[in-house]
Amino acid sequence: MSEKKLYGIMAEFDTPTELVDAARRVRDAGYTKTDAFSPFPIHEIDEALGIRRSILPFLVFGGGVLGLLTGLGLQYYTHVIDYPIIVGGRPHFSLPAFIPPAYELTILFASFTAVFGMLFLNGLPMPYHPVFNVPRFALASRDKFFLLIERRDPKFEYEETRKFMESLNPQEVFDVEE
Amino acid sequence: MQDVKEFREQMQPAILEGKHDFATVSDKIGDITLKRKTPFHWFVGFAIAFLITQVLLMTITYLVLTGVGIWGNNQPVGWAFDIINFVWWIGIGHAGTLISAILLLLNQKWRTSINRFAEAMTLFAVACAGLFPLLHTGRPWLAYWLLPYPNTMGMWPQFRSPLMWDVFAVSTYATVSLLFWYVGLIPDFATLRDRAKSKVFKIIYGVLSWGWRGSARHWHRYEIAYLLLAGLSTPLVLSVHSIVSFDFSVSQLPGWHATIFPPYFVAGAIFAGFAMVLILSIPLRHWYNLKDFVTMTHLDYMGKIMLATGLIVCYGYAMEAFFGWYSAAQYEYFMIRNRIWEGPYWWSYWLLILCNGISIQLLWFKRFRQSEFWLFTISVIVSIGMWLERFVIIVTSLHRDFLPSSWAMYSPTIFDWSMFIGTIGFFFALFYLFVRFVPIISIFEVRTLLPEAHVHGHHQDFEEIVNEVEIEKIDKP
Repeated sequence: MSEKKLYGIMAEFDTPTELVDAARRVRDAGYTKTDAFSPFPIHEIDEALGIRRSILPFLVFGGGVLGLLTGLGLQYYTHVIDYPIIVGGRPHFSLPAFIPPAYELTILFASFTAVFGMLFLNGLPMPYHPVFNVPRFALASRDKFFLLIERRDPKFEYEETRKFMESLNPQEVFDVEE
Repeated sequence: MQDVKEFREQMQPAILEGKHDFATVSDKIGDITLKRKTPFHWFVGFAIAFLITQVLLMTITYLVLTGVGIWGNNQPVGWAFDIINFVWWIGIGHAGTLISAILLLLNQKWRTSINRFAEAMTLFAVACAGLFPLLHTGRPWLAYWLLPYPNTMGMWPQFRSPLMWDVFAVSTYATVSLLFWYVGLIPDFATLRDRAKSKVFKIIYGVLSWGWRGSARHWHRYEIAYLLLAGLSTPLVLSVHSIVSFDFSVSQLPGWHATIFPPYFVAGAIFAGFAMVLILSIPLRHWYNLKDFVTMTHLDYMGKIMLATGLIVCYGYAMEAFFGWYSAAQYEYFMIRNRIWEGPYWWSYWLLILCNGISIQLLWFKRFRQSEFWLFTISVIVSIGMWLERFVIIVTSLHRDFLPSSWAMYSPTIFDWSMFIGTIGFFFALFYLFVRFVPIISIFEVRTLLPEAHVHGHHQDFEEIVNEVEIEKIDKP
């Protein structure tokens, strides 16, 4: 390593099974600042890396409730408070007729929360990330699987961690520059 | 051994054919957008669609400069092509959402290779649908009055009206469909970004992929978001066409005022939508050599769904007629008699039955479901039939209303036709652009279909169970 700063050490694997097995051993060795990269979602990796369940579902539920209240509130305000007018002999607050718009807004708000909540929690959009400095990493979106231990991991020790990564039977081990 | 093979084929119909691995799947689908020369037929097809789009633009220009009087609708048929085409297009969109959301929740793996272009079809169909009510307002530049916003007139939209519900339903539907489609595209844009050779495409797809890097933590949240979107889209798609049917059924008009309308409309929408998915997928798999991904199994399944939803629609026709008779209301009974045999539009009703009722009976037979020619032909017939259905519902209910002195015939003008045909061109022009610039099949989801995508040693998957059965058979002959 010359003057360029090290971000972490990355290992490349050929199959998802190898990746998950390696991730388990990394976790068992006590590393915590780790990440895996794959061209498609692998469910087993969550447990192998010790990824905790996201709070996203609760946010989406909150978004839905907010949408419902917005829908009902909007219709209540416009038809009961601001401009009460009798239409078709219905009461000012005609709940059955107000359900469809409130229902649609529930779904709209919940969907926005799901998408933008996911992007926000993932820290996207992110135009630059050190992992892209490894030329082989372009294959992470095609057919290769990568495992990363970051330098800020308390257990990170360059020589030792690199040796440990090499012991996991990877195709190759790379230094990731900042 | 033979039994096991047959058993395996039965249990796992081929939704992915040929020899593929992660790399070939990525390259084969990605290269259509990225590397392969744009085929000649693309230019021909796009040019035709683009020309027809100009017809639409000219019609809209003339319409906006003159007024909706250039259309054939007038009292008593105040709603005609504008709403027929609106409902037709929005119905077509529904199959895309059904494939992407409902089939995902039902864990139907075969949806994976057709959901991308079906969702694109939804978006473009909704875009075409939206034009009609927008222009039917007569003053489209004031269309924002439909939205509730504080204004100097001190007025608000009327939320007790189904037309207002429609504004909310259709705009939510368009927005959520776009979100769903785009979220599905993010990892595939990342694949294109990493595969692109030219700087320009690297930047464009890089921006579109928002810096996606396939991190395990990202995938975790991504899958939650995707599943929740599917869960939200499912009630949404059912509600949208229910609300579209409320435009009719909440009114007091015989022929429209029927409780069967919401489910009957939803089934009809999916029916028409699958017909359009077949119309698009059969040429697509030929022209872009995608037979490995869109297999005969897919076409067969879509044929079955068309048959099932078509039969529900036929039940709707039967019930409409039954209600007319059983209601013992003279206007109801007159309307149905007028629609089926006494009125001047009887031919449209029987043409509808021929298209939507009779033609689909062929789909009971595997021979027809396994034939691209027949599936394509039946799909075209069904598309025509579903258009006729809306024509029958709208025109035959309106043209002879309660007072015989106001009865009249309806006939569309050339501008009704040019607008309708123009939107078909617009739809295909958008679809051609989509095929050229966006991966037409979800690459990352197709990767998960490959056997090597499963992590071994943690749970027994189907393949392993079958292998064990095979081994047992060898052991004990």
